Order: sequence, then structure tokens, then C-alpha cells
Amino acid sequence: MEAALFHLFSFLTLAGALLVITRRDPVNAAMLLVLTFFFMAGLFVLAHAWFLAAAQILVYAGAIMVLFLFVIMLLDAKEETRRCFGRVAGVGALAVGGALLAALAGVIRDGRLWRVPAGDAEGTTAAVGRLLFNTYLLPFEVASVLLLAATVGVIVLIRAPRRPDDAPPSA
Amino acid sequence: MEPPGLNHWLVVSAMLFCIGAAGVVLRRNLLVVLMSLEIMLNAANLALVAFSRYGNGLDGQIFVFFVITVAAAEVAVGLAILVALYRLCGTVRVSDIATLKL
Repeated sequence: MEAALFHLFSFLTLAGALLVITRRDPVNAAMLLVLTFFFMAGLFVLAHAWFLAAAQILVYAGAIMVLFLFVIMLLDAKEETRRCFGRVAGVGALAVGGALLAALAGVIRDGRLWRVPAGDAEGTTAAVGRLLFNTYLLPFEVASVLLLAATVGVIVLIRAPRRPDDAPPSA
Repeated sequence: MEPPGLNHWLVVSAMLFCIGAAGVVLRRNLLVVLMSLEIMLNAANLALVAFSRYGNGLDGQIFVFFVITVAAAEVAVGLAILVALYRLCGTVRVSDIATLKL
């Protein structure tokens, strides 16, 4: 059962990701990416990472993809009229992907990886929270500062460009 | 069927990462390039979760939690830059933004 679900979710995740990078319409790509994140949450559940599966759906499929869709809507990104990628880019992408995959396969082929037994760690909210608020308290607080910095940065970046007639009074 | 081993998880993660990397090279639309970046981050998350499952500890999952946090901040700033770029150049196609080209 576990193996069947693992193969199903892996296939669906990879197929979704492949469709994301080949669809012409950005809205289609975004919706397929939401689907991919959902399948990946299924994989997290299979790895007993219950809390992360929920966080994946809430943060990635929820918040991040809504942000993407808002920006697509704002920019009114029309369907790319020409082909969405050139032949040179296609060959380059195949080369980059193939080379990376070959390099990673060389590492994964190590026979010792096949015999590692599964641990019994359960990624429940209680267990992750206990670890997060004891051992990893400082990184947690630093992450909140990072989010604040990102918020301020976005506001500065998005602010409407200043008109020439309201120059700063000190100038 | 026997349950999946660590190598199965890593193979899926590696393939996902390669799809993301290929997407960054392939696509001209900056929005889809950002989406491909997200795919690559998720591939790394998957590998970390797998190592956490087979390494007998939750530290990998804590790391994924922080990666998700950083990814949220990264997307917010990246999309803000995208909107600013669109205001400036009127396009989000990487082939049309060639100001730095000699």
C-alpha cells in the first residue's frame, strides 16, 4: 500500500512539474504548480512528516501561489503568442537537466543508501514544535526578522514612483 | 511491493530538481522561471524530509520549515522586483530585458 501510494504520488508530482515548465499559459502553469504541491504534501505524509504536509499546503499551495496568481493578474500576462521557448533553449534545458541528473545519479547509486532502515521519528506538530521552541529557538526568531525585512523590502520596492513635482522638502 | 527505500526518495528528489533547473533554462517568462525556482526548492525539501525519515531525527524537518519560510520571503521580494521591472520595461520576458547586454 505504502509503495503503491509512493509511486503514484511521485509520478503525479513529476508529471505536474513537467507540465508546469512546458505549459504556454502562466495561469495554467500556476494551477498545475498548486496541484504539484498537493501531491508533494502527500509524499510528506508518506514520510511521516505530518506537520510539514499541512504547512506545505497552507504556505505553498495557499499563500505563495495566491501571490503568483495575483501578480499574473496584475501584469495581465497574456498567453505567449509565439512558442514559449526556442529550440536552442530546449536543447540547453535538456543538456542542463540531463547533466544534473547524471551527476546526482552517480551519488544516489551508492549501495549503502539502499539498506538504510526507516527511523521511527514522527513529525507531529507537538514533536516539531518542541524541537523548534527549544533547540532551534534562535533560528526561529531570526526567521521572524527575515520575514519582517522581506515585508519592508516589498513595500519599498512596490511603492509608486515619485512624481517630479513633489520633491523632498530638504532638497 | 516492498516499501520505498531512501534511494527511491532521493531519485524522485533529483528528478524534480532537474525539471526545475531545466525550467529555469527553458522558459522566457520570468514568472514561470520563478515557479521553476520553487520546484527546485521543493525538491531539496523532499530530500531533507527523506533524510529525516531515514536518519532517525526530526532536524531535517525543522530545516524544511525554515526553507519554507525563506521561500515565502523570496517569492514576495522576487514578485515585487518583477512588478517593478514590469513598470520600468513593460515586459516580463527575459529575452526582452537586455539593458545590461553589451
